[in-house]
Amino acid sequence: MNLHNFLYGVYPYIALSVFLLGSLQRFDREQYTWKSDSSQLLSKANMRLGSNLFHVGILAIFGGHAVGLLTPHGVFTGLGVSDMAHQMVAIWAGSIFGAMCLLGGLILWVRRMFNARVSAASRGSDKFILTWLLITLMLGLSTIPVSIGHANHGNPNVMIALAEWVQSIVYLHPNPALLNEVDTIFKIHLFFGMTVFLVFPFTRMVHVWSAPFGYINRPYQIVRSKRKL
Amino acid sequence: MKVRAQFAFVFNLDKCIGCHTCSVTCKNVWTNRKGVEYAWFNNVESKPGVGYPKQWENQDIWHGGWELKNGKLELKSGSRTSKLLNIFANPDMPEIDDYYEPFTYNYAHLQNAPLSEATPTARPISQITGKSMEKITWGPNWEDDLAGEYHKRSKDKNMDNIQKEMYGQFENTFHMYLPRICNHCLNASCVAACPSGSIYKREEDGIVLVDQDKCRGWRMCVSSCPYKKVFYNWESGKAEKCIGCYPRVESGMPTVCSESCVGRIRYNGIMLYDADRIEEFASMEDTQDLYEAQRSIFLDPNDPEVIKAARLEGINEDWLEAARNSPIWKMVMDWKIAFPMHPEFRTLPMVWYVPPLSPVQSQIDQGNLPVGPDGAIPVAGAMRLPVQYLANLLTAGKTEPVESALNKLIAMRSYQRSIHVEGQVDTRAIDAAGITEEQAKEMYRYLAIANYEDRFVIPTGHTEETLDDSFGFQGQNGFNFGNDSSHGVSKITLFPRRRKDTVEPKTLAPASDNNS
Repeated sequence: MNLHNFLYGVYPYIALSVFLLGSLQRFDREQYTWKSDSSQLLSKANMRLGSNLFHVGILAIFGGHAVGLLTPHGVFTGLGVSDMAHQMVAIWAGSIFGAMCLLGGLILWVRRMFNARVSAASRGSDKFILTWLLITLMLGLSTIPVSIGHANHGNPNVMIALAEWVQSIVYLHPNPALLNEVDTIFKIHLFFGMTVFLVFPFTRMVHVWSAPFGYINRPYQIVRSKRKL
Repeated sequence: MKVRAQFAFVFNLDKCIGCHTCSVTCKNVWTNRKGVEYAWFNNVESKPGVGYPKQWENQDIWHGGWELKNGKLELKSGSRTSKLLNIFANPDMPEIDDYYEPFTYNYAHLQNAPLSEATPTARPISQITGKSMEKITWGPNWEDDLAGEYHKRSKDKNMDNIQKEMYGQFENTFHMYLPRICNHCLNASCVAACPSGSIYKREEDGIVLVDQDKCRGWRMCVSSCPYKKVFYNWESGKAEKCIGCYPRVESGMPTVCSESCVGRIRYNGIMLYDADRIEEFASMEDTQDLYEAQRSIFLDPNDPEVIKAARLEGINEDWLEAARNSPIWKMVMDWKIAFPMHPEFRTLPMVWYVPPLSPVQSQIDQGNLPVGPDGAIPVAGAMRLPVQYLANLLTAGKTEPVESALNKLIAMRSYQRSIHVEGQVDTRAIDAAGITEEQAKEMYRYLAIANYEDRFVIPTGHTEETLDDSFGFQGQNGFNFGNDSSHGVSKITLFPRRRKDTVEPKTLAPASDNNS
């Protein structure tokens, strides 16, 4: 097995397994560490701008990746979405939300690294994961010129190959060969992206699991009873 | 009618001497840990002053508590949807400097400094960054005993409709202490604001707690509590608040702040209330009606109907007995001398306050101020503290109830003075204030003598009813295995480890024979 096959045939499964089982294990054993780990108390400046840009950007990007890569090709064509239209939406949405996320992320990164209080209160994993996400994001943004190049030649093959590779992983038929013709920058981005899943359970990222949508329909007051009712 | 029991407090401000024993005992028991150095579950403020955190009472800044929107009770900070939209950066969140940057001192230097002409000093160190602080510019009680400039202190929200300039003059200065803890509200806004549903009220005694395992650190409780009594632990990333000393209370002991109170100003007891009517009473149109509304939510523990309904809810006989002997009931309901703090926040707080008298004794002695019929005890309007100020604090600005309470306190003194000084019972003052001799005697016993068993009427918790297996429970607490109290043995850990190290330099003093 060469490195290519390992990285794109085996590593995705390692990353996903650790992501799922690690999250479950931490949720089960270490609830007290399960939190957003906000540092807003220590420094409020630029949080409103930085944090909102970053979070909205990254959630939109995640959603875009999920829909764009996991939807079977037949569904898109069945819905009348041409490959070129798909690619242009991906390029535009990626650019806009990527730029938002980058701007917000940089604001947060500067704060995390150089604000004396935030930096002192940060764990190593906090600084690592933010830096890693930003690198992954910048790698993702640097694929955009390449994609535009493909789009200008009316060539959606790379995009389709990437989606099919992701689906081959999900369907448990890993096919690293699908990435043979894909530009290197995409592959580096893939590696960084998969690693985010790998380290996810060991960082503050776990708070994503706990997005509190249930609050919308909850009664305001909560009373807990110790009695058996 | 849904009867619930509430563990409640009265603080008699008339006797608070501002010694901070409550704050210090509380600190040493509950918040002497990393991440909550700045948090005081119990603090004592000097009023007038902006308080801790700065300007906590001004909800134009923090948007804490509730308000009526189109006649409906809604969190002042916004709807549930707006909470979720603001979850990435809470716009109403206070910053550490609104409290103060927690500090310690470089004590090790006092022992380690080389021999020098000048005495070595222990310089302040930030407990967050561990770095030296140039200067400490704010603290947990910076305005103690009217410290600081008047124009800064008078930004106190309670001074809003008062002629501030007048009270800035030295001879008109007034001052009172305001001890504060979590109010364990009936209509708690922290509970309502928690997106993950980790804050809850205990059914059996109404103590409001944060489930430390379920808290995700969304920090909406911190901004939504109008009393700013929920704190964000910057180390653990969880919200923490006054726990009403529930392990003590369950054993029938008063809270540690109440127990240690030097002035004996704190009363702990049970109040029964109708949980079905919380929203109705918290939704009064006029904020000045909220004090009376909250009084009418309480249920008379002597009423057979109430007793019957309480038994149906599973409230035990000893709790009903405690409710009948509750010092809180006497002061809140019988004598009407205790008031909730800032009822206009609409949270129905359960720490009530007896307003302080502030006689100007030398002025009275010189005959410069009006006195009552006994010729020695002044009238309420002649106190140093403007009644309006107390009313702004306790009744949303309505002066009549506060004035009436002050008059009763004064009349009780006048009556007792007539007995002990003149040797002749004089009931003119108590008649005017509308209290009977019996009441005056009882008020004297509760307020002046304040015996331990009168101040604290606390039924024990019925743990035997609440546990699935109380025999199995024995021997399990206090000596835990697993990851409860251990850091583990390896230096590498998968999940974030709780950091307990302090910032103080840990270099030991050199052994004495090395000095030579």
